Amino acid sequence: MLSIKNLKVSINEKEILKGLSLEVNAGEIHAIMGPNGTGKSTLASIIAGRDIFNVDSGEVIYKGKNLLEMAPEVRACDGIFLGFQYPVEIPGVSITNFLRTAMNEQRKYRGLEPITAKEFFAKMEEKKKLVEIHSKLTNRSVNEGFSGGEKKKNEIFQMAMLEPELAILDETDSGLDIDALKIVAKGVNSLRTENNAFIVITHYQRLLDYIVPDFVHVLYEGKIVKTGGKELAFELEEKGYEWLKN
Amino acid sequence: MNAKKNSIIDEVTQGEYKYGFVTDIETEVAPKGLNEDIIRFISTKKEEPEFMLDFRLKAFARWQKMKMPDWAHLNIPAIDFQDIIYYAAPKKKKELESLDEVDPELLKTFEKLGISLEEQKRLSGVAVDAIIDSVSVKTTFSDTLAELGIIFCSFSEALRNHPDLVKKYVGSVVPYSDNYFAALNSAVFSDGSFCYIPKGVKCPIELSTYFRINAANTGQFERTLIIADEGSYVSYMEGCTAPMRDENQLHAAVVEIIALKDAEVKYSTVQNWYPGSKEGKGGIYNFVTKRGICKGANSKISWTQVETGSAVTWKYPSCILAGDNSVSEFYSVAVTNNHQQADTGTKMIHIGKNTKSTIISKGISAGFSNNTYRGLVRIAKSAINSRNYSQCDSLLLGDKCGAHTFPYINALNRSSIVEHEATTSKISEDQLFYCNQRGIDPENAIGLIVNGYAKEVLNKLPMEFAVEAQKLLSISLEGSVG
Repeated sequence: MLSIKNLKVSINEKEILKGLSLEVNAGEIHAIMGPNGTGKSTLASIIAGRDIFNVDSGEVIYKGKNLLEMAPEVRACDGIFLGFQYPVEIPGVSITNFLRTAMNEQRKYRGLEPITAKEFFAKMEEKKKLVEIHSKLTNRSVNEGFSGGEKKKNEIFQMAMLEPELAILDETDSGLDIDALKIVAKGVNSLRTENNAFIVITHYQRLLDYIVPDFVHVLYEGKIVKTGGKELAFELEEKGYEWLKN
Repeated sequence: MNAKKNSIIDEVTQGEYKYGFVTDIETEVAPKGLNEDIIRFISTKKEEPEFMLDFRLKAFARWQKMKMPDWAHLNIPAIDFQDIIYYAAPKKKKELESLDEVDPELLKTFEKLGISLEEQKRLSGVAVDAIIDSVSVKTTFSDTLAELGIIFCSFSEALRNHPDLVKKYVGSVVPYSDNYFAALNSAVFSDGSFCYIPKGVKCPIELSTYFRINAANTGQFERTLIIADEGSYVSYMEGCTAPMRDENQLHAAVVEIIALKDAEVKYSTVQNWYPGSKEGKGGIYNFVTKRGICKGANSKISWTQVETGSAVTWKYPSCILAGDNSVSEFYSVAVTNNHQQADTGTKMIHIGKNTKSTIISKGISAGFSNNTYRGLVRIAKSAINSRNYSQCDSLLLGDKCGAHTFPYINALNRSSIVEHEATTSKISEDQLFYCNQRGIDPENAIGLIVNGYAKEVLNKLPMEFAVEAQKLLSISLEGSVG
């Protein structure tokens, strides 16, 4: 599904990713761990199409297409979803209105008719239950005045509504209490199918107690320095990132 | 509502001015230029009573001594008032008795504008007065309204059938000497809408006037007069469009509203005159004087405007709060893009006791445009315990446009409270990217964000208008993503 080869990325002439490679297949959950400032969020932004970075070399192929040539909204329509680390506020635009607009844009791209009001609201109800989000929240403006936890839940809610093929969750677990964390995990686990894939970026092993990854990658100084199974996360938790230096 | 909102965003795919077509209809025009003869010509054409001609001539004499105001934050080339045609009307042979007699080309024009003059309007519950160039073409539902004693007709008709009412109120809120453009309008106005709601009557349907400039080189000068008698209510809407032409065209209108004791008038405008090309060529010069008076106690006037069109907008819908406990509101969204300029706002003149006014202004500037809010809040000595709340927000798209705020406050007693809040913001890259990442392209994302920003004002519009206004906001800003 996603194939990244020897990717080098810089911002303001400072190299952040220094030859990163990653293969993600449908049906897989990949966890990316690593200390602060090693390029985890940069990787997420690059896949989603944020244009503040320079791609110096390497390639990113998504479903056989050169992802780097696609506009961010086209990537989204083609099934890529980014759960933001810091979701922004959009005053005056209700979550309902926002999601319906997004969903219909995506449907248009895929040659589908706009979703009917009835179908849309039925879907809202179903997914609201899944992520335990209240109507009070979905009637409010996007992220406006939301607590940190509410913002993250809203990201998972949007993911549930849009049903992406490749979802990247950028530190969705940071700042969450254990209950919210369980809800996020429940969201991911229930959306998981053999046709979609997840990249979960996290600092902590505890999220991986609830979302069981197929692969754990350690990103360190712009490169993936170690790849393993779930047990790698435990090892990291125990030994700390210092251990990688050796 | 949400369903509707979304389909609007979907629909918005074209960036061009949609209403820029010209209708090929036979037009009767006066010779170019302005003098007493032209004024007499207009008055005779309209078979006006003597007092009206008097009023016009006095206004003209006054206008000749006046100078075009230059205090606004606008850059306007000199206007040659002798190079304008002051009267143009679709040719007609006799009074129209039914819709069948209206020129089919004209009907097509209004179809294109999305206003059907046909009976189907009944379904949406809107009575329409359609004014093309200088003349009212057709007023729908007059008969239905007449049963309630409501008079809704063209200004010319009102002069013929209700001269006493017109005589009593015309110029009573905006005297001909008020300002340069009001004087010009008073001298040469050709038509407009007239509305009278009798005592205790709540007008059951929305009244609406649709203005259309069609003929070239003409100015449009319409005059609207609304009188709400004691305890009555009316909601009034006004829409405007014009063809795309390379020359600038002048529009100078006057609107007067009188609200007597316990009466309420809601006046909504969606102004979409041709804004000129992307390079700033052509477009309408829009100089409008709109003022209401809350004459009786407990009366209320609210102005809601969505201003997206015109090359230049100079417009300050105002209210004189004369009656005790009277209330006035001003809700405005003004969008400028490319080379448009707008200097708009309101005046709230508090005279009666316990009067209350609210001003919510949302300016949006893009391209190379300049957008100015100018507002005056005056609390007279007599207006004890009065209140005003003003909020002026500016939103900037790009870094070549300007937003300016000039609030004037003049409070002459100690028991009143005046509050003013102002903010300036930009659409952030983060907001845009967030929308993009969900599949919404940059143009639609801007439409969405701007509609969210203006929501407080859009919510005040009647449903029929809110939909059109949202669409317009998105269209007006297309091409503004850098």
